[in-house]
Amino acid sequence: MFVLLFVLRNAFRHKLRTTLTVVGIVVAIVAFGVLRTIVDAWYAGANASSSARLVTRNSVSLTFSLPLTYAQKLRQVSGVTGVAWANWFGGVYIKESNFFPQFAISAQTYLDMYPEFVLSPEEHRAFMADRTGAIAGRKLAEKYGWKVGDQIPLRGTIYPGTWTFNLRGIYDGAESGTDTSTFFFHFDYLNEKVKQMYPRRGDQVGVFVEQLRDPDEAAAVSQAIDATFKNSLAETLTETEKAFQLGFVAMSEAILVAIQAVSFIVIVIIMAVMANTMAMTARERYGEYATLKALGFGAGFVAFLIFAESLGIAMLGAGVGIALTFPVAQGFADAVGAILSGLAISRETMLMQVGAGLLVGVIAAIVPAWRAARIRIVDGLRTIG
Amino acid sequence: MAIPLSYIARNMVARRLTTALTAGGMGLVVYVFATVLMLAAGLQKTLVSTGQDDNVVVIRRGSQTEVQSGIDRSQAGIVDSIPDIATGEDGRPLVSREPVVLISLPKRSNGKAANVVIRGVTPAGLALRPQVHLVEGRMFRPGSAEVVAGRAISDGFQGAGLGETVRFASRDWTVVGVFDAGHSGFDSEIWGDAEQLLQAFRRTGYSSILFKLADPERFDAVKSELEADPRLTVELKRETRFYADQSEALAKFLTYLGTGISIIFSIGAIIGAMITMYASVASRVGEIGTLRALGFSRTAILVAFLGEALLLGLVGGVLGLLGASAMQALSISTTNFQTFAEIAFGFTLTPGIVMASLAFSLVMGFVGGFLPAARAARLRIVDALRAA
Repeated sequence: MFVLLFVLRNAFRHKLRTTLTVVGIVVAIVAFGVLRTIVDAWYAGANASSSARLVTRNSVSLTFSLPLTYAQKLRQVSGVTGVAWANWFGGVYIKESNFFPQFAISAQTYLDMYPEFVLSPEEHRAFMADRTGAIAGRKLAEKYGWKVGDQIPLRGTIYPGTWTFNLRGIYDGAESGTDTSTFFFHFDYLNEKVKQMYPRRGDQVGVFVEQLRDPDEAAAVSQAIDATFKNSLAETLTETEKAFQLGFVAMSEAILVAIQAVSFIVIVIIMAVMANTMAMTARERYGEYATLKALGFGAGFVAFLIFAESLGIAMLGAGVGIALTFPVAQGFADAVGAILSGLAISRETMLMQVGAGLLVGVIAAIVPAWRAARIRIVDGLRTIG
Repeated sequence: MAIPLSYIARNMVARRLTTALTAGGMGLVVYVFATVLMLAAGLQKTLVSTGQDDNVVVIRRGSQTEVQSGIDRSQAGIVDSIPDIATGEDGRPLVSREPVVLISLPKRSNGKAANVVIRGVTPAGLALRPQVHLVEGRMFRPGSAEVVAGRAISDGFQGAGLGETVRFASRDWTVVGVFDAGHSGFDSEIWGDAEQLLQAFRRTGYSSILFKLADPERFDAVKSELEADPRLTVELKRETRFYADQSEALAKFLTYLGTGISIIFSIGAIIGAMITMYASVASRVGEIGTLRALGFSRTAILVAFLGEALLLGLVGGVLGLLGASAMQALSISTTNFQTFAEIAFGFTLTPGIVMASLAFSLVMGFVGGFLPAARAARLRIVDALRAA
């Protein structure tokens, strides 16, 4: 008890220095947490994906389409209980920086397969009844202030012209991780217009989504699907929805690795700051440590004092930092808007933050503690602050 | 009268560990700051050097990228026949109709797939891009299933090395040459014969048309003429502008991310500098008193301590820049969100980045050193001398 009080008094002897150090650690821990959360958000799409769904695309690349007639053959594959399809639309809403994903979907089958998009029965009916209708996620609708009944014009980049849709519903996510920043409309409408303008480009689908009877059959079913279309004009590549989403993440991998590297560098920087504080603190107190030793306390006790003080300061900073990560991540999410879906701080991130605090505290104390423990009583008593 | 610089410098040496830790922390911040700026500069350099100023790219109106664009043969014929196209050495017009598609290839490093641009080129297309030259093997033979790969693709993707084959559009294509495009965006592409690729992918239209202007000044006239032609739905851009636009989002993202991270980091480093400088002042109260008693003014003390902090910042800045300049040997390859295709680019250190990094490190030193220096300057002689 007495020892703890001693450590505490020591820690706050230089109020300004300790405060500055704690602030530094708080900043570092917050930055670390937010950066890791941003990286997590990249994987959110993959984590929210269902293992009971497969995605089939053209094996050449995603920019190549598949014939709509494949839907019939896909339904016949054993293990597949439902087939839906979607086309990436890539339209521009007013200006190019207003980016959000837009898909032309096989409305009824697609929504049946994605129960995580929750639409009220009235809105669902209104969407189905209107061929030029569309539905938008809650987050997307809030960002642009859309209300049901609004007309939304999109300038096509892949499909030329301006396309105007009637917003018939706003869907919510069934779980907190569900992305509600996507815009859906009828594939039939797109297909019909495309057939009028460019007959050769009609009846083409971007990706097929298949519902599996049993998720354990995923590997066998995807092989069966690809074998069905082997040596055809449009060979397919089928993978689980998760693998499909991870494929997108892998494309930005270089950037993700950089962000992760940076999140560790911030810890190294704060380690340097903390080590500096502890080195200065210990140097000023060599006289006191010598006195303690002269009174009969061992080298281990002196080292313990320094470790306890260093860890105390580091953990104080880490605690405040973890608490502050929540509002900062929220603020960041609000600032970037719909691009990153769900900035949720994971348990692992918090554990890593605690770990980083411990690491900083221990490493900062090593050299000063070693020096103080080794100091000879005569030399120590002779040094002046 | 000013306190000599040698006194300031010797103070730093006297406290080696602390100086090294503080300067090291600042050095890391400057390193991150400079590296990210270098990355954004490298990306811009890559995409700007991809274009030639008197070349013009024609794509379908509103399509933004070549992959999304489509120009059918009748429209291409109209564009080809305008009189403003320069002629090459062989007397033929310098115009190239090109199909551009994306295929996904696995990377050598981890086997994960990324999208690679396949471009069909014509002899005129090669003449329009003088920065491209073969470094290994030979050029593809027109009419054959042969391709040449850019250096970044050849090094980075499975099947794209010299003599290997890539499979797409139900055919195996032999890589017969590797070309170097002078660190431009073409380094991240695979080129084949335009007509062969059109057949293989069963396309009837091209993706883009590239031509060289006979008179570069006529760009605006040609642009308005063609864009107003009711038979065409195209837009024209100078090639330099076209590629600069494609890098905009990624460059902006890198710059924002880098600046944001640097600002957060610099708070940590400034705190480090402040702690060091406060300690430096506290351990020298007696000295300060002596200096004041000798007749040095408060301003001289303030300047001396600020000088020490700035020097600390400068040492950190130079360390960080040294580390960052070593990064020039590396290059990075990632997907450009705008074109959805892989692009390789390096870290480019420009004089502007050197200046910005040094200024940044000095600002960190100044901000960190100002309060401690002010405290030193405010000390009363009597108190200071007594403290010693």
